Amino acid sequence: MARRLHPLIAKVSSRPEARAPSPGLPWWLGGACALAVVLALTALPLGAMLVEAGTLDPGALFADPWVARVIRFSLFQATLSTVLAVALALPVALALAHEPRFPGRGALVTLFSLSLVIPTIVAIFGIVAVYGRSGWLNGALANVGMAPLPLYGLPGILVAHVFFNLPLAARVMLQSLDGIPDNQWRLAAQLGMGPLARFRLIEWPSLRAPLIGAAVLIFTLCFTSFAIVMTLGGGPRATTIEVAIYQALRFDFDLPLAVALALVQLVMCALLMIASTFAPGDGSLGFAPTAQDARDAYPIEGRGLRQRLRTWLERRHAPDRACWRPRAGMAVRLSRGLIIGSAAGFVLLPLAALVIAAFNGKTLSVLGDPATLEAARNTVIAAFATAALALALALGLLSATRRLRVRARRERIGRWLQLFGNVILVLPPVVLGTGLFLLLRPWADVFSIALVLVVAINALMALPFVLRVLDAPMMRVARQHDRLLQSLGIRGWNRWRLIDWPVLRRPVGLALALAATLSAGDLSAIALFGSERVRTLPLLLYQRMGSYRLEEAAVTAGLLLLLCLVLFATLQRLVGEGVRARTR
Amino acid sequence: MLELDDVTLALGEARFRFSLALGADAVHVLLGRSGSGKSTLLNLVAGFAAPDTGDIRWNGASLLALAPDRRPVNTLFQHHNLFAHLSVAQNVGLGLHPGLKLTGAQHEQVRDALAAVGLAAHADKRPPALSGGEQQRVGLARCLLRRKPVLLMDEPFGALDGATRQEMIALTRDVTASYSPCTIVVTHDPEDAAGLGARVLRIADGQVRPEPSA
Repeated sequence: MARRLHPLIAKVSSRPEARAPSPGLPWWLGGACALAVVLALTALPLGAMLVEAGTLDPGALFADPWVARVIRFSLFQATLSTVLAVALALPVALALAHEPRFPGRGALVTLFSLSLVIPTIVAIFGIVAVYGRSGWLNGALANVGMAPLPLYGLPGILVAHVFFNLPLAARVMLQSLDGIPDNQWRLAAQLGMGPLARFRLIEWPSLRAPLIGAAVLIFTLCFTSFAIVMTLGGGPRATTIEVAIYQALRFDFDLPLAVALALVQLVMCALLMIASTFAPGDGSLGFAPTAQDARDAYPIEGRGLRQRLRTWLERRHAPDRACWRPRAGMAVRLSRGLIIGSAAGFVLLPLAALVIAAFNGKTLSVLGDPATLEAARNTVIAAFATAALALALALGLLSATRRLRVRARRERIGRWLQLFGNVILVLPPVVLGTGLFLLLRPWADVFSIALVLVVAINALMALPFVLRVLDAPMMRVARQHDRLLQSLGIRGWNRWRLIDWPVLRRPVGLALALAATLSAGDLSAIALFGSERVRTLPLLLYQRMGSYRLEEAAVTAGLLLLLCLVLFATLQRLVGEGVRARTR
Repeated sequence: MLELDDVTLALGEARFRFSLALGADAVHVLLGRSGSGKSTLLNLVAGFAAPDTGDIRWNGASLLALAPDRRPVNTLFQHHNLFAHLSVAQNVGLGLHPGLKLTGAQHEQVRDALAAVGLAAHADKRPPALSGGEQQRVGLARCLLRRKPVLLMDEPFGALDGATRQEMIALTRDVTASYSPCTIVVTHDPEDAAGLGARVLRIADGQVRPEPSA
């Protein structure tokens, strides 16, 4: 029996003749351009270095006890920093995970993610203001008649490295802990597991991989750390390879030594890079669930901090269905509160000290100072140029590897090509700068094109972050819709405009914000190429700290911090959130 | 007539060899276990996979050199037929122009197609606001609009519950009756064949065999 045809279906008229396909650009063009730029910016300087190194005598170099000590110290401080940061982050992450409704938890997690945004040199100023010779801590110690604690040297390096990396490690670990399903906690309670058994059987298995991944990342960051060691190292006894290269290049004008050290650093970083490719971990840098998500997931009732604290303390039993945790005694919960509070204090104190110091008698005169304004202008220009260049390189590279990985099913080749974006991890900024210096010296006055070189180096520094942020969403959209896109013939500009941009807008905003703030706070590239003629705020701050003009330095640090926060927030909002406003 | 002329394809361990000719205006149901090559067959026809040897022809002309959007083929997938960030009308409109540059008459066509699948009221909603069955109907509206002479459906009812499934099958039958495309529906429920009034093809060991009609 034939069904009666729906009248409306019969009415739909037939499709007009298809248009001829537009030729369009080849799919590999963007990737080839990005790869060419990255290779030109790295292979050529490396080549210049190798040519220069041809005249070196490696035997004599390694026989030098000073060089051997620099290498040993680089490894030693990085190991100690990593162990301290991870070991201290573990209880913080556990405490935060066990107290999902701790008042201010969301804000603290946001603060932890800001450690990627706060310029190193700014944090150093805050750390000196708290732990330095005339800082808050030693002031308090003097009041009770105790001898001051020294900061410069190894202690300063460790404090600063923990300041930056404890939040990173804690965030990565908290992300895995928050990913444990509530039912596993319920099951553990039903089976009568104590806290130790829960840690061993539930928490540790989910922590191990991200913990190792974070440790390798932190070790790499500390090993190549530049600004912290240069400012807080306090002399030749505590010098790392990265700083030694800078000193050889800028102060001793000892090019052979700079090249030799740069090659040593290159080999070390290559080894670390190999270690990190085999290390587990998802590489989302703890950015995957944002603090906003955490707040949305665990709403805190009550108004005002005191009210919230009381609600939290009175909750003797595990909270409701939304986030169930095994019950814990008052002593345990108070100690968790203490751990969270100490971590918050450790991160907040230097920032508070900085903000307070920034308002002083010289605030207005420094803000109106031509040197400050000039440096601020250079910082903003470099930040925007870096963000644009890093994004262009990342999108070019990813659009080609997306084609390989998704449509051509060449996952391995695609991933290998993407690794070229991480070349800065093998060729750290000061090493790359040494190569660029050697390469360009015969052709140009490197100090007059400082800003261009800074942007190039900063863009390569930002590229691994930008790739990490964009990779997952870009590949996910492609995998979901690739066949549909093909069958509807959506490609090129249409694809970007209609499909990719609306979905990628938020990650693109985050990527731009990260790249811009990284550039605005970077000291390594500008320290190499900066001069009286071309300065950015980080360099100006470093110079003012170095000449003990501390009031001016405080204002500069405050301005730089404000600039970075504003850059981050506006780029992320303006670029990333327009779509939300439209869809709601 | 859709012909697969001794088409072979090796995917990892699996070897496929398809030889079949399907009538231009008939509905076929393709039955087989998972991994038997049902989706591979559709991918070959749609152009998402290229055969190692052999030829695929529509009305005597080879399709192999054509990109997926140039083939006379339209596919309704089990999932992800729609872009979640575009409205229902925009998702359908993409079938008329891949850059959504539509004329007034084409906007009219989009409205008609949505009315035909009973979703006229949902034109401005976004897909996540729709039920699974409604989402599939949007996909079907786009197929209806594109009017490609070959219609491939890859487990189109797989994610739907009983009643929704029956409605969707009835609607599919209306659509195929309206412009008589050569239709291949992949499913693992033999009952779908009866509902669609379709001929049954069985696929096993990488080869297709028509089932003797009862």
